[in-house]
Amino acid sequence: MANWIPLWVHKLSSPPNFYRFAGIVRPWALGLALVLAAIGLYGGLVLAPADYQQGDAYRIIFIHVPCAWMSLFIYGLMAVASFISLVWRIKLAEVVAMESAPIGAAFTFITLVTGSLWGKPMWGTWWTWDARLTSELVLLFLYLGVIGLYHSFEDRRQGARAAAFLAIIGIINVPIVHFSVNWWNTLHQGSTVRILGPSRISSDMLWPLLTMMFATKCYYLASLFGRVRTDLLAMESGKDWVRQIAEQEARP
Amino acid sequence: MTPFSWDRFLAMGGYAAYVWPAFAVFFLVLLADYLSPGLRRKRQLRELRARMARQRARNPRQTTTP
Repeated sequence: MANWIPLWVHKLSSPPNFYRFAGIVRPWALGLALVLAAIGLYGGLVLAPADYQQGDAYRIIFIHVPCAWMSLFIYGLMAVASFISLVWRIKLAEVVAMESAPIGAAFTFITLVTGSLWGKPMWGTWWTWDARLTSELVLLFLYLGVIGLYHSFEDRRQGARAAAFLAIIGIINVPIVHFSVNWWNTLHQGSTVRILGPSRISSDMLWPLLTMMFATKCYYLASLFGRVRTDLLAMESGKDWVRQIAEQEARP
Repeated sequence: MTPFSWDRFLAMGGYAAYVWPAFAVFFLVLLADYLSPGLRRKRQLRELRARMARQRARNPRQTTTP
């Protein structure tokens, strides 16, 4: 392993240490996610005014957009972790990549369903083959492909290697989803929140949206760490530290 | 600003049939996502304990219990 990586990273990435670390972080991340979501949804559903064109239906934005951001963010993270796992064969990176996929798929699914529930009253249709919608659907299939490939091998590390390749190749879809509203002028509206330049959204609506974004990020951390802990137990089930945990939990 | 009323809040300006199912999907999917690894973990540890018990039964001298 390269020697520019500090020692604590090596220590933390050893399975028993990371298992303990994740166990400490997880409840705090979930707690923070719940508090932020409560604040964000209070701001979005109660304090923010109704939209002048869409009335109260626009309030779906407070879950739809953060989930859509997460669907792309998690894919990017999964692809980076996959790359690290293929190049340096770090077990933890492999586990992070493979356990990110179901969470990403969940967020993508929520994005598609809430988008559909928003599209029906606004566009008059549940679904249309718009560029943004289609590319987001492809994203869901990529996630499902990664999950399926991972589980279709007898040897889980071999499955993870194959799935990591698919995750890396599929990254091409992420910019397509992001820029689809600029490249193809179809039904889905353009971005309202921009990193460069002023956002085209009232601040009454912007702060709940950003709060929800942080809430979903914290949730992802909590969910990922729970999944990683479970996966580490399965991966290391022959080792002493896992046997000790199994025995400890058998006692009432 | 008009005072808060539950009726108006739940009605969502006539869009309740779209807004509330969207929020329900959000919370239910994430709840299922959060709970699923806990169930998997319980099953794994149960299987591991069974395996350990079988090993102990095969050669009683090699135990991992302190």
